[in-house]
Amino acid sequence: MKVHQFDVVVVGAGGAGLMAGLYASRSAKTAVISKLYPTRSHTGAAQGGIGAALGNMEEDRVEWHTYDTVKGSDYLGDQDAIAFMCEQAPEIVYELEHMGLPFNRTPEGRIAQRPFGGHTNNETGKPVRRACYAADRTGHMILQTLYQQCVKNNVTFFDEFQVIDLILSNGAAAGVVALELATGELHVFHAKAVVFATGGYGRVWEITTNAYANTGDGIAIALRRGIPAEDMEFFQFHPTGIYRMGILITEGVRGEGGVLINDKGERFMDRYAPHVKDLASRDVVSRAMYLEMREGRGIGGKRYLYLDVRPETVNKYAAIDGRTNPDGTPYTVTAEQILAKLPDIIDFCRTYLGVDPVTQPMPVQPTAHYAMGGIPTNIYGEVVIDEKNTVMPGMYAAGECACVSVHGANRLGTNSLLDIVVFGKQAGIRAAEFANGADFQPLPDDALDYTRSQLDGLRHGSGKENAFTIATELKTVMFDHVGVFRTEEGMSQALEKIRELKERFKDVRVSDTGKVFNTELLNAWEVSNLLDIAEVTTACALNRKESRGAHAHEDYPKRDDENWLKHTLVWQRDGKLEIGYKPVTITRFQPKERVY
Amino acid sequence: MQVTLKIFRFNPEKDRKFHYETYTLEAEPTERVLDLLERVKGYHDGTFTFRRSCAHGVCGSDAMRINGRNRLACKTLVQDVGERITIEPLLGLRVIKDLVVDMEPFFENYRKVLPYFINESPLPEDGRERLQSPEERARFDDTTKCILCAACTTSCPSFWASDDYLGPAALVAAHRFIFDSRDEAAAQRLQIVAETSGLARCHTVFNCTMACPREIQITKAIGELKMATITGKLD
Repeated sequence: MKVHQFDVVVVGAGGAGLMAGLYASRSAKTAVISKLYPTRSHTGAAQGGIGAALGNMEEDRVEWHTYDTVKGSDYLGDQDAIAFMCEQAPEIVYELEHMGLPFNRTPEGRIAQRPFGGHTNNETGKPVRRACYAADRTGHMILQTLYQQCVKNNVTFFDEFQVIDLILSNGAAAGVVALELATGELHVFHAKAVVFATGGYGRVWEITTNAYANTGDGIAIALRRGIPAEDMEFFQFHPTGIYRMGILITEGVRGEGGVLINDKGERFMDRYAPHVKDLASRDVVSRAMYLEMREGRGIGGKRYLYLDVRPETVNKYAAIDGRTNPDGTPYTVTAEQILAKLPDIIDFCRTYLGVDPVTQPMPVQPTAHYAMGGIPTNIYGEVVIDEKNTVMPGMYAAGECACVSVHGANRLGTNSLLDIVVFGKQAGIRAAEFANGADFQPLPDDALDYTRSQLDGLRHGSGKENAFTIATELKTVMFDHVGVFRTEEGMSQALEKIRELKERFKDVRVSDTGKVFNTELLNAWEVSNLLDIAEVTTACALNRKESRGAHAHEDYPKRDDENWLKHTLVWQRDGKLEIGYKPVTITRFQPKERVY
Repeated sequence: MQVTLKIFRFNPEKDRKFHYETYTLEAEPTERVLDLLERVKGYHDGTFTFRRSCAHGVCGSDAMRINGRNRLACKTLVQDVGERITIEPLLGLRVIKDLVVDMEPFFENYRKVLPYFINESPLPEDGRERLQSPEERARFDDTTKCILCAACTTSCPSFWASDDYLGPAALVAAHRFIFDSRDEAAAQRLQIVAETSGLARCHTVFNCTMACPREIQITKAIGELKMATITGKLD
């Protein structure tokens, strides 16, 4: 065992972790620990853009961004936090540009912006160009730029170290335990402040945009150490994943004028969202697609629809919608422009489908994408552990693993990249400030015990069960019953199945007994996280007897503000789940019916 | 269809020498090679070890040799490579276990070229973005696509011959900044890539360009760097 001491330890090296690491390291001795090489993080898969009311293409206002986000959240987002994020947005996008991020440019040389779902001019109700983009690889550019800045500033990294446990001492964060993949050795990182930036958990579902690495590790670790999770029932299904594979096709395709088409050749979104149509919020579009498929209007009766961005289709519907360029001329596109703005999407479709989006429509289906819920925090990234928002000293979280809550029941596209940089920065600054005014908590003598017992369990099970099989069964049941539409019956069945799988998981034994790069051990441990996260998600979803945002409960199809305008908190206590609530912060915008 | 995978295996804790194992499994022609590797690990041999994450060609974890050619396993479909598939680790980097190679020398070379934006001039007074025309932005677009997967560098005979050669990936990183109109350290970087461990080692074999899963025109970028060191101009 090795022991390290740092003022601040950041876990995770995607956008939030790198931003936290970059800021914390300016004034405190900081380490960034990541299970992957930082540039492998899933931030790099984000495509379409980062939201900020720069107004580079047309009039836009921070207040409109704020209102759109509140509305997108189906009024479950905390309005003080949302206002803070949207106010910070222009400044932080400029900061990224100053770090060298290669945004696309307008003819005037300014950062180019494109329309995205749910982002509107609040006066006309029409889509507004707010997503600042770098082709269709904005996340890649953010990840690369932040990593480059970390190299420039000599940030200390521990690459390919899997954090297994959080060390608490006197009710405060005291460090983490990590497994070094290359050697199998356990390391204790003793720290004054810990920042979790561990990302999401889309791998709970069968069809997902998420990377293999997105197994909810940070949230699962926090739950095991008594920290609650917030709003776990809200998980976003992105409308356009590549059929059967789930690979993300950016909403930017619809931003550039692409439309969804059913088996009858109808552009059906005008029936579900008459004002913004294909650029409605993701929850609305995913539900519309399910309803179309349920009515037998999937392509060939199957479980997919077409996303059509062929220039003739784009131009036809742009004319019908009366869409114009910033200078007022009618909006039209050519095949070359589509190629230039969406090169990666075209590459994905050619590679995985043998389809060329410039001449053929793309087969798509909703795909598990993004966790609105997570470790509860305030706007400073401080982890809050109860109904009264009591801060746990020294503990921070940011990015997808955290729930501030700025996304409420449904996140708007482009707000996740914004979230990671805004709150990653806050968490980094605050963690360093805290560390500079605090002493180390004493390390408990048994700091390694819980890690060892978890790993030993996986090494010494009866061997009757296979972790890979258990994970596969879990993903199927979650996709079938805790997906876009949910019923009491389906979710109850799912919960029963998850608990059966958790029992069976005790009989898993990994066959690799080695120390060097034991990814079998690691993957099995990740499955334990998926099981815990799935259980919490399903229990919270069963508990919420209304429909709001991404949680579409068919037995309770209406939003119920009287009883359910509140955040869910869930604790794992002695193997049982306890559910509590805390109020939503409402400032300027009173809840009203959500129409797109 | 039935697919036979012949996979390079090496366990440093057990083996003195590498060997190959063969696995036969049912597969769809449109499946990714990575999907097959996952099934081998999940159902046939849990000790089989490789890196992977995003599974769609943007994170750069799963570069490996597939039928002798450097590719990403997640961006290669079974139908692209046939029913007999040989899987081996990248060449030129030390094998740690099975397909996992030591990436440190690769990242060390990357760090040598100042792979980060340098501009010490005052920011625009209004606090907004530095201006850059769409043409200036397009100048370095191709090299911004790099995902640091190492497929290019480990396909290069010059890199195999001596790993003190910076290699194509590091040169791509240098190109991305040298040709960015906003950056001010082009001269410094050109000096670095002009040293003996740099551009001179590129013999225009084009292996890197063939290997790049992001289809970056790497040899062209290296040519532009060579031209810039000769002319001192960044056209």
